[in-house]
Amino acid sequence: MPDLGKYADAVLSAYGASLVLLALLVLLTLRRGRRARAALEAVESREKKDG
Amino acid sequence: MTALLYRDLMLALRAGGGFGLGLAFFLIVTVLVPFGVGPQSELLARIAPGILWLGALLACLLSLDRLLALDWEDGTLDLLATSPLPLEAALSIKALAHWITTGLPLVVAAPLFGVLLNLPGPGYLWLVVSLALGTPALSVIGTFGAALTVGIKRGGLLMSLLVLPLYVPTLIFGAEVARRGAAGLETTTPLLMLAGITAGVIAVMPFASAAALRINLR
Amino acid sequence: MSVTDDKPAIKRPSGFWSYANPVKFLGFSERILPALWVLSAACLALGLVWGFFFTPDDFRQGSTVKIIYLHVPSALMAINAWFMMLVASLIWIVRRHHVSALAARAAAPVGVVMTLIALVTGAIWGQPMWGTWWAWDPRLTSFLILFLFYLGYIALWEAIEDPDTAADLTAVLCLVGTVFAVLSRYAVNFWNQGLHQGASLSLDKEENVADVFYFPLLVCIAGFVLLFFALVLYRTGTEIRLRRTRALLARQGRQ
Repeated sequence: MPDLGKYADAVLSAYGASLVLLALLVLLTLRRGRRARAALEAVESREKKDG
Repeated sequence: MTALLYRDLMLALRAGGGFGLGLAFFLIVTVLVPFGVGPQSELLARIAPGILWLGALLACLLSLDRLLALDWEDGTLDLLATSPLPLEAALSIKALAHWITTGLPLVVAAPLFGVLLNLPGPGYLWLVVSLALGTPALSVIGTFGAALTVGIKRGGLLMSLLVLPLYVPTLIFGAEVARRGAAGLETTTPLLMLAGITAGVIAVMPFASAAALRINLR
Repeated sequence: MSVTDDKPAIKRPSGFWSYANPVKFLGFSERILPALWVLSAACLALGLVWGFFFTPDDFRQGSTVKIIYLHVPSALMAINAWFMMLVASLIWIVRRHHVSALAARAAAPVGVVMTLIALVTGAIWGQPMWGTWWAWDPRLTSFLILFLFYLGYIALWEAIEDPDTAADLTAVLCLVGTVFAVLSRYAVNFWNQGLHQGASLSLDKEENVADVFYFPLLVCIAGFVLLFFALVLYRTGTEIRLRRTRALLARQGRQ
């Protein structure tokens, strides 16, 4: 851990907030993507079954 | 064209259209501000140009959803779209009608409301000039917002979200003219910018509005 | 509309435009995405670790200079994301490729988050440096306006039922919004100088950045760019699948 001096709060909170936001974005993106994929697969398999 | 203008004006005047409503809203905003910031007259005099501009802008925004919505519901817009008159022209006329019924009364009433806010002496002229120059732009940009959201049920709030950022340049230059005028400073530069924005917007925005409306009418 | 139409193409486009075919686009993105995720994660990790642990403090700003590794790349991507949406919207209007419209839609939330990161890190950086979280500095103000434009754009997408109408209207909004965003940028510049007579708070970024800070910053920018591409490609794929699902469901409902 580098010595951040008196600005440690600012630097750490900036990194924390940004990383949290990025992680949220990626996670929500992946979750939505998985759901869309699953829904499409379900519909497509029904499509095949029904002919 | 004049028939359309006449019809829109008559409709706005009749049946408690937006005519008096926008003005009343403007008055209420002006009255509420001193309650919010305190009655000190120096403070009010300092913020008066900005408050009056903001009040006029909000009053303009308030009447936008009925600009196209009623014509959309009863099918008038479909008729307009198929009429020989280009949709761009029809929308310009509608924006003009909106300005005459909303913007113009605001311009006329603004000095009266300025009294309530202790607007400094030289400010009155510049307030009227800036509003007279700026409110047409508000109407034309608002027509674009109305055309974008006309097909959406309860699109009023969404339209505010879309239109308000588009109002930023007009508000900045318009309020700047009024503020500099009230402070007795040189107003030429912001006045020219405001005039430029209004002229450009009147020239170009009807095409964007008509494009949006055509998509919605498809 | 339906992306499932498997009519024989009359003339198959080749090269870049062939990726306007959703199936081909999905195949391509499936192939390239793993590499993109890994590369962007690697660049971000390398750049941020390098910047955070192995760069000296600035003699004036102390350790807060480390915030630059997040602030500048996110601000850059916030603007470029909008630019990418503009290009995608234009392609949609001119060539009517659905993938393009969906890519614009997919990029907007990424742009919002980038704008948010730029604003948040800026506020946190501003607090110790300028003594205030927020100042109506032209640069800050225009980012706030950009944020509002993103919100309006996304809200319009969400509000309209018919996908093609939504794509058309948001494309028009994107074009008009771009013009007004640029106008606002200049208006804001004028407005604040008018008030503060050159007492600008903004840092002169170009002058300040020495090589020690510059190279990790470049790596971070590369990481953000790669992450943006990965996210947009993935999200575009998601949008394509969602729309295909809807089309299939509608067809099954009819039968």
